[in-house]
Amino acid sequence: MTTASSADHPTRRDFLFVATGAVAAVGAAATVWPLVSQMNPDASTIAAGAPIEVDLTPIAEGQDIKVFWRGKPIYISHRTKKQIEEARKVPVSSLPDPQSDEQRVKSGHDQWLVVVGICTHLGCIPIAHEGAYDGFFCPCHGSVYDTSGRIRQGPAPANLAVPPYSFVSDTKIQIG
Amino acid sequence: MSGPSDFQPTNPALKWIERRLPIMGLMHSSFVAYPTPRNLNYWWTFGAILSMMLGVQILTGVILAMHYTPHADLAFKSVELIVRDVNYGWLLRNIHASGASMFFFAVYIHMFRGLYYGSYKEPREVLWILGVIIYLLMMATGFMGYVLPWGQMSFWGATVITNLFSAVPYFGESIVTLLWGGYAVGNPTLNRFFSLHYLLPFVIAGVVVLHIWALHVAGQNNPAGVEAKTEKDTVPFTPYATIKDMFGVSCFLLFFAWFIFYMPNYLGDADNYIPANPGVTPAHIVPEWYYLPFYAILRSIPNKLAGVVAMFGAIIILAFLPWLDSAKTRSSKYRPLAKQFFWMFVVVCIGLGYLGAQPPEGIYVIVGRILTVCYFAYFLILLPLLSRIEKPRPVPNSIADDVLAKTGGKAAPMVSTVIALMVAGGLLVGGAQNARAEDHGDKPPGQKWSFSGPFGKFDRGALQRGLKVYKEVCSSCHGLSYVAFRNLAEAGGPGYSVAQAQAFASDYKIKDGPNDQGEMFERPGRPADYFPSPFPNEQAARAANGGAAPPDLSLIAKARSYKRGFPMFLIDFFTQYQEQGPDYVAAVLQGYEDMPPAGFTLPEGSHYNKYFPGHAIKMPKPLNDGQVTYDDGSPATVAQYAKDVTTFLMWAAEPHMEARKALGMQVFVFLILLTVLLYFTKKKVWANAH
Repeated sequence: MTTASSADHPTRRDFLFVATGAVAAVGAAATVWPLVSQMNPDASTIAAGAPIEVDLTPIAEGQDIKVFWRGKPIYISHRTKKQIEEARKVPVSSLPDPQSDEQRVKSGHDQWLVVVGICTHLGCIPIAHEGAYDGFFCPCHGSVYDTSGRIRQGPAPANLAVPPYSFVSDTKIQIG
Repeated sequence: MSGPSDFQPTNPALKWIERRLPIMGLMHSSFVAYPTPRNLNYWWTFGAILSMMLGVQILTGVILAMHYTPHADLAFKSVELIVRDVNYGWLLRNIHASGASMFFFAVYIHMFRGLYYGSYKEPREVLWILGVIIYLLMMATGFMGYVLPWGQMSFWGATVITNLFSAVPYFGESIVTLLWGGYAVGNPTLNRFFSLHYLLPFVIAGVVVLHIWALHVAGQNNPAGVEAKTEKDTVPFTPYATIKDMFGVSCFLLFFAWFIFYMPNYLGDADNYIPANPGVTPAHIVPEWYYLPFYAILRSIPNKLAGVVAMFGAIIILAFLPWLDSAKTRSSKYRPLAKQFFWMFVVVCIGLGYLGAQPPEGIYVIVGRILTVCYFAYFLILLPLLSRIEKPRPVPNSIADDVLAKTGGKAAPMVSTVIALMVAGGLLVGGAQNARAEDHGDKPPGQKWSFSGPFGKFDRGALQRGLKVYKEVCSSCHGLSYVAFRNLAEAGGPGYSVAQAQAFASDYKIKDGPNDQGEMFERPGRPADYFPSPFPNEQAARAANGGAAPPDLSLIAKARSYKRGFPMFLIDFFTQYQEQGPDYVAAVLQGYEDMPPAGFTLPEGSHYNKYFPGHAIKMPKPLNDGQVTYDDGSPATVAQYAKDVTTFLMWAAEPHMEARKALGMQVFVFLILLTVLLYFTKKKVWANAH
């Protein structure tokens, strides 16, 4: 539109056109905000994602349970001595995503492994107690995780994520 | 769309595309170089306004569909959750709901403009008929959209309108069953209406493309009603029409925003905040204001089939307008008689709209019949007759002559018509409100509420006290099922901290489960939980309360209303008075009288209440002085309790009210600035053309 300006008052006219265009552009940008923001989780979804407490007493050694937090499956494994040893004797530097077992569990609660049961490759759910490392095996594309939930083999790039959690007591954890 | 374009892009990549798909040429010839008559007035900006409204409705509609659940048991709640929980959900819903009204408002102006200036005449017949088709599609879409929230008016509107088809001889019942997908309006009906409500706007968009195509073939009509002959008669669409349309759109947005941010329920019906109940019809079934004239025609005719035929006929007849009015002169400006009758016709339409909102009895029926005859007589008798006997004044030789002839002084009639239309529109809306809360019960006294008006805010103290009254008194019978404990800590609410809300929640026992043993169990409430209802189901509530189930109070402050009457409803539009619901709730809480007036027989198990419709209320007097102890020194009186609990219930009904008003103020400041800038830009651009 600025091309329409004539020679006599170019500056004033151009200023008006630019100002109008700028205000309109600001308005358009501000309008986009709520239209995009509505896609984010709504207040009830966020509220439903509050921390949960899980009682560990029913889980026997060598067993594991799956609980849901924020729509994600969380594996809670009560590991055997053998499983812990397996996880600890492998040299950390040899791992694709180097992390020691101690970093992945809470000290003093070494038998408890709590991981998000979602394969870091493309989001399938790995099967517990399967695969060559006695940990998890993802049936979708063959990623294999060890007894610490660390990636050992296959296309997944990273270890199974450890969710935020803490021990409320020796037999109870709070996830979230 | 007007022949091959001489537009040639200079960029080689664009050139490459243009040779294979001349889309830029199409855009250029349609929306840049397209010659538009230079004498168009602001009534012609409504085409652009309507295009914008269609876009707004589709955009907000697609978004709302992302959050809406089309199921009879869940639809009402899902709409409430959109408004309460989705980010800016209240804004999107208000835009979409009042957008429908704005769309119709604009289309009526667009249609009357076409009628006045003879825009349907040769060679624009197809253009006009496409417009009538768009209008019909809009009506169908608007109706089905109104059904989706699944409130009382949704349900009963759907029932009444689908029953229109039962008037068809022989096949009527089968057609209606087919429409419903059942033996009554129900879940299948809601599902298909949702599907069609999503589909039809895109059909409208398709017909709009045809409409614009036909427009660009014939060229725009103009106030003089003479065709553009030379280059002097026209200006290029861009920048001239573009900037003028943008200014028009901006003005319209100001009007639109008034409803979105300050009067979202002004055009709606309080009954639609009551969930659909197939067992109870609301006292007055009134369609949305934009259908009222046709509804009046329907009711004017005492025969079912004839009424339905007349109603549809009243719309279809528009398609025949080009042949009913065969006068050679297009614009009513040069037709002294047609001009007068046009305005009379406008009055007839508004009158019909007013009557459509009145109860179908007495004088209203008689006047309705007279106006129905007038409506049809205008098309079938008057226009054909006028085109034969009327002697039109001479029209200008060209558009350029028309422009030269008038130098200023043109604004006055424009302003007066705008005012006349606004008053008439107000009457129409007021009429609609008249019918809603007609009869029964004294009018509740209007109160001063801290939350009314453009800067209204909830009184935090009143909200906290009101919550206490609800918890200690109301909650023994009434649920508050759309309010979660977490809401108590949200901005614009009672102002509790997250920890306080958590502590408040943990006082409640919430049923949860099943646990690993498959059993339900009780646990302390969490912020994410909703207020538990006192009864497990409606039957239990009914049984425990003498046959009348105490309503859930989440929406009560919006689901109740009363007649404001003339001229209050007009003043309310400007003062933004929306507090009929709180007035009513507070009045009912204080309206108990020990002895009914002489001559009033109180049914067994009822109590006399001055303000309750019919006066016989099942709820015993709930509040007594000193019943609830306030810690902040506020008087422990029924009046104070009523005021506090009503404030709390208004917040419960609309927890984002403060956000709505605050954002509204920002939007208004912005829109006024934009409109002023556009006005001056438009003046500068058009300075070259005059």
